[in-house]
Amino acid sequence: MNKRHWIIILSISIFIFACKKSEIIQEKIETFLGFQKPANFPEPVYNFSANPVTKSGFELGRTLFYEARLSRNNTVSCGSCHIQSSAFTQHGHDVSHGIDDRLGTRNSPPIMNLAWNKAFMWGGGVYDLDLQPIAPITTHEEMDENLDNVLNKLRALPKYTALFKTAFGTEEITTSRFMKALSQFMVMCVSSNSKYDKVMRKEDNASFTQTELDGYNIFKEKCSSCHKEPLFTDGSFRNNGLSLSPVKDQGLYLATLLASDRYKFKVPSLRNLNYTAPFMHDGRFLTIGAVLEHYSGQVQNLENLDPILNQNGKLGINLTETDKTKLIAFLATLNDESFINNRLLAEQ
Amino acid sequence: MKNLSIRITLLTFCSILLLASCSKEDSPAPEFAETNLAPFSVEFDNIVGDRTLSFNNTTTPYVNAKGESFSISMLQYFISNIKVATADGKEYAVKQDSSYFLIQSSDKSTRFAKVRVPEGDYTRLTFTLGVDSLRSTMGIDKRTGVLDPAANGGHDSGGMYWGWNSGYIFFRFEGNSNVISDDVNGDPTGKKQFKYHIGGFGGYSAPTINNVKTITVDLTKAGIAKVRKDRQSNVHLFVDAMKVFNGTNSFKIAEHPNVMFSDYSVNIAKNLTEMFRHDHTEN
Repeated sequence: MNKRHWIIILSISIFIFACKKSEIIQEKIETFLGFQKPANFPEPVYNFSANPVTKSGFELGRTLFYEARLSRNNTVSCGSCHIQSSAFTQHGHDVSHGIDDRLGTRNSPPIMNLAWNKAFMWGGGVYDLDLQPIAPITTHEEMDENLDNVLNKLRALPKYTALFKTAFGTEEITTSRFMKALSQFMVMCVSSNSKYDKVMRKEDNASFTQTELDGYNIFKEKCSSCHKEPLFTDGSFRNNGLSLSPVKDQGLYLATLLASDRYKFKVPSLRNLNYTAPFMHDGRFLTIGAVLEHYSGQVQNLENLDPILNQNGKLGINLTETDKTKLIAFLATLNDESFINNRLLAEQ
Repeated sequence: MKNLSIRITLLTFCSILLLASCSKEDSPAPEFAETNLAPFSVEFDNIVGDRTLSFNNTTTPYVNAKGESFSISMLQYFISNIKVATADGKEYAVKQDSSYFLIQSSDKSTRFAKVRVPEGDYTRLTFTLGVDSLRSTMGIDKRTGVLDPAANGGHDSGGMYWGWNSGYIFFRFEGNSNVISDDVNGDPTGKKQFKYHIGGFGGYSAPTINNVKTITVDLTKAGIAKVRKDRQSNVHLFVDAMKVFNGTNSFKIAEHPNVMFSDYSVNIAKNLTEMFRHDHTEN
């Protein structure tokens, strides 16, 4: 065998190898894994048995999530106020900016780890993910549309009748199918690959730096009762001592009319804070520093202030400047770059 | 003798006639069997005090007990969980999935709640005004027909679903009255509109206001329902919208022109239970 033969054999084997490799990659793309519970997360609360996530259902949901026809004049989609690069929030907006440049009264919350959520919206009122999209679609300041119109607009498009058929078996577009598809997309927005998660799962030899570890210990002592691991929220509604907002938002009270719920808002997760500023239900704090400043020195004793923030006659949480630096270092380990860059969740 | 035999013949004949007519008039109630279903309907005939319901009649407005003139532009409500009972206490509840009706006064065809119940003679009718808490918290699959959140188009065209606070408006009543102020306490748009959107099923997690009302109608006075397969038994109810204002918790439109999800809605919901009056039964 001469040199030329060797080159040919080598080329062929490279070709075969390449083929094999690309086939594996192809297979990886083709295999849709569906909803997968991260190893360090608890069991989800979303009822998957009534709406199992399928590849075609998820893809339909994703198309709907980025569909501006969900709004009255076809200008605003879910993705307008829930931007992936901002961990599905509207970065830089204190309150969300909807149709016709109208402004709402609350900061748009992240579409993240919703399969573990028992209640939705900053002020509650919605307790089933499959019913949640009706709120933004019909709200005057958000999409200002009605559900019936949305479904009719979709029914008129062959693209959608085809997508619904692939996802649900027939071309019929119903409220239930529409909602379920959106839910399938939203429950797939799982953020679980931050440095914190890798440390907890003992992946990639990840470990905290000393500052991060100190911060973690401060967090466990002073923050974790409300921001419970690993979701970094216990899902409850609490009054965290904010001064009244200019619109005097009464929070959960509006949905329950119970005096004991006045000024309570949902405890937000602390994941992805790097991408989700500003903070609080009305986006009043632009930085994490301002949030820590609030807890250490600005807590107001309004009706229903959470007792945790009013102990031994002292309001707020005792935090030194060093504590804050360490806490901020720990909180940075909760940022999940793979979540905001996940192509699967992006507009296609 | 001849006379007597004629008399006997006549008597016998009359008795036979009487018996025959009896059996025709009073076909005895068949054995109560849950599988032996026959058509039955309840008619919700909307009235306003002593007058029939008409829309936007501003030239001859209605007048409530407080002397306020008003006209009506929308009246619609949910009726659900229909049950019937016989004099001897046999009860039948209509199958859940076929027991939700939206009565819309703008569409006469919606005034009947048509169901199927076992053949029998019924002396009592029970139904829910609103959507029970169980159904109010069910998954999206169970929300079809009148319960579809997309039903009736948007809120302005008569939608009965609250998106921001998951649940249904049980009773929706709108109209106009000149007593309504043009400021934020009335109607700032100057249209002098009143709106009563009464809902609230008791809450998902914590107990909240519950305006689900059970209405029981005694059918013995105005005619029991004789449900048979070869007939259409129809219980005709008058539903008096004037009771919204003139019921036990009577109020002035000027003082409460807009009542939706609020504590005051509980007072109005109480009035709503007084709207239903059995007029007659068509058997």
